[in-house]
Amino acid sequence: MIEIKDLHKSYKMGSNSLHVLKGINFTVKEGELVAIMGSSGSGKSTLLNILGMLDVADSGEYKLDGVPIKDLNETKAAKYRNKFLGFVFQSFNLINYKTALENVALPLYYQRIPRKERQEKALKYLEMVGLKEWSHHLPNELSGGQNQRVAVARAMASEPKVILADELTGALDSTTSYEVMELVQEINDQGNTILVVTHEDDIAHMCKRIVYLKDGVIIKDEKVKQVRASEYV
Amino acid sequence: MGFLFDRNTWQEIFGSIGKNKTRTIITMIGVLWGIFVYIGLSGAAQGMDNGFEKVFKTVSMNSMFVWGQSTSKPYDGFKTGRQMQLKLDNVTELQNRIPEIQYIAPRITLGNFGSDPVYTVRGQKSGTYTINGDYPVYTKIATKKIFDGGRFINDEDIDQARKVCVIGERNLKELFEKDENPVGQYIRIGSVYFQVIGVHKMVQGVSFDNDSDIFIPFSTYRKLYNSGENIGYMCIAAYDDVDVVQVEKDVKSILRGIHRVDPEDERAFGSFNLGEMFGRISGFAKGLTFVSLIVGIATILAGVIGIGNILLISVKERTKELGIRRALGATPTEVKSQIILESVFLTVLSGIIGIILGAGVLSIINNMTKDIDFPYTNPTVPIPYVLGALAIMVILGTLIGLIPAQRAVSIKPIDALREE
Ligand SMILES: Nc1ncnc2c1ncn2[C@@H]1O[C@H](COP(=O)(O)OP(=O)(O)O)[C@@H](O)[C@H]1O
Ligand SMILES: [Mg+2]
Repeated sequence: MIEIKDLHKSYKMGSNSLHVLKGINFTVKEGELVAIMGSSGSGKSTLLNILGMLDVADSGEYKLDGVPIKDLNETKAAKYRNKFLGFVFQSFNLINYKTALENVALPLYYQRIPRKERQEKALKYLEMVGLKEWSHHLPNELSGGQNQRVAVARAMASEPKVILADELTGALDSTTSYEVMELVQEINDQGNTILVVTHEDDIAHMCKRIVYLKDGVIIKDEKVKQVRASEYV
Repeated sequence: MGFLFDRNTWQEIFGSIGKNKTRTIITMIGVLWGIFVYIGLSGAAQGMDNGFEKVFKTVSMNSMFVWGQSTSKPYDGFKTGRQMQLKLDNVTELQNRIPEIQYIAPRITLGNFGSDPVYTVRGQKSGTYTINGDYPVYTKIATKKIFDGGRFINDEDIDQARKVCVIGERNLKELFEKDENPVGQYIRIGSVYFQVIGVHKMVQGVSFDNDSDIFIPFSTYRKLYNSGENIGYMCIAAYDDVDVVQVEKDVKSILRGIHRVDPEDERAFGSFNLGEMFGRISGFAKGLTFVSLIVGIATILAGVIGIGNILLISVKERTKELGIRRALGATPTEVKSQIILESVFLTVLSGIIGIILGAGVLSIINNMTKDIDFPYTNPTVPIPYVLGALAIMVILGTLIGLIPAQRAVSIKPIDALREE
């Protein structure tokens, strides 16, 4: 599903240049649930943003579902993001004047799906994350965990090839984190490919594979026995 | 363009502009005020224009008068101070030599210009009035409204030198009983009986005659007063597209030639030019329209720039939101068109409200000035002006929206997302 080869990325700040990714190679197959682990500043988000076509690498190859991702202009990147990817962010990134339902339906709006269908679909995913009754609430009327569930529903709504989650439990207490991870596991069980960036060991071990990042390279890439989040809840 | 009719496009727009209602309203007031000023001023100017138009409707705008005075220069053996007398054949000559002349009406008058008015009697009632010897063509230059049942002098009256007359409303009041039909009745003008053929209506606005003037056929006048070929003065109307000032010059120079007057002698013939006067007044109204256009457009522009500014701030505030939208797949074009649409929507909405308010105020003014004697009629702004103003709003809204729109997509989505 994801193939990257020798990916490099550095940030330029004035005359200085910070080499963050120093040749990343890895592949993710369909249906995998991968954790990208590493200490703060190790380049996890940078990698995820490149995978999410929110940022571009300086060099290297990136193929998503066999499609080479390179020389994208912003319009094309937006279309690819819309079609191939779902994002979940640490700070939820919901639009605060839109209801849960409207937030979930937003990526479908950019897919030009008719309104009615859009709402049905959005409601279906809200139901899946257990928030059907909350569909007409604004983000500030929901708890952090509920908001992150809405965000997960939004990432799911466009039925993407890959879901990218950056510290999705970072803003949540541990009980809520496990509830959200349980949801992630369920979604993965249905065959969705998911990449989770985290610096928390317990969260990483709820995935099926952990990729360790340090100083811009992968230092370890191993399959792990998945810990079911439901055991904690 | 299909997205314009998508309910969601509008939901997105209402969603984002509804977020900060006070600010949205304050912004809109700028444009609203601009278009209000524009509509109000140009409506007022239009009203004045219409008012003047109405005042001048009764006379041919492009007209002039010419009469004889006395020479101020010796010429060709004649001494200075020679009295000029216009003759009937001057009329034909002018008509033949100046193709720009549409109508030319010679008149002769008793009771004006120093001569005594004529004692007129009917039964026990009497008065002294001005008597004009006229040709039918006179009504082509100065419209004469004749009350129902009557008529103005016609060609047969002239040919047969009939003793008929058209009287004014005041003559009617002073010589006849109330509710009496004067047409067909006889009045004595001087020592001669005339049959009344019509009553001319007093008109508001510019008129060469007043409500006590009596018109009789020129030929009758000539016979009665033995005036021969003499005429008092000429009313001349030029074609609409002709410069009447030039015609005035030509007329006087030809007359100087006929009457053997020094070509430089400006005093020999007097003249008065209505076209010039009207031009000056309507120029004033047009100037007013122009000024209101400039002021209105400047105000609108200021308002639109205000909208642009607010949108710029709002785009900055919404950097993160726009970043989210772009992460979810909004293309730069979609982001831009949303912001431009917001701009156009705000501009046009304020414009429409401004137009409605402006039209309301104009109609109030119209009601207030309806019954007063002031040259102000129907202060409306023509529909094309309104549509034009709306089109300008759309264009300006788009142009000004381009700036915040460009701003919104100039930042990379990843940087936009990082914004707090
Ligand atoms: N936009 C940026 N400009 C400059 N430096 C950046 C930028 N984003 C991240 N960095 C730096 O790159 C390094 C990796 O950042 P990041 O990928 O966010 O790490 P992680 O997500 O693993 O904490 C950090 O040192 C960070 O300071
Ligand atoms: Mg990070």
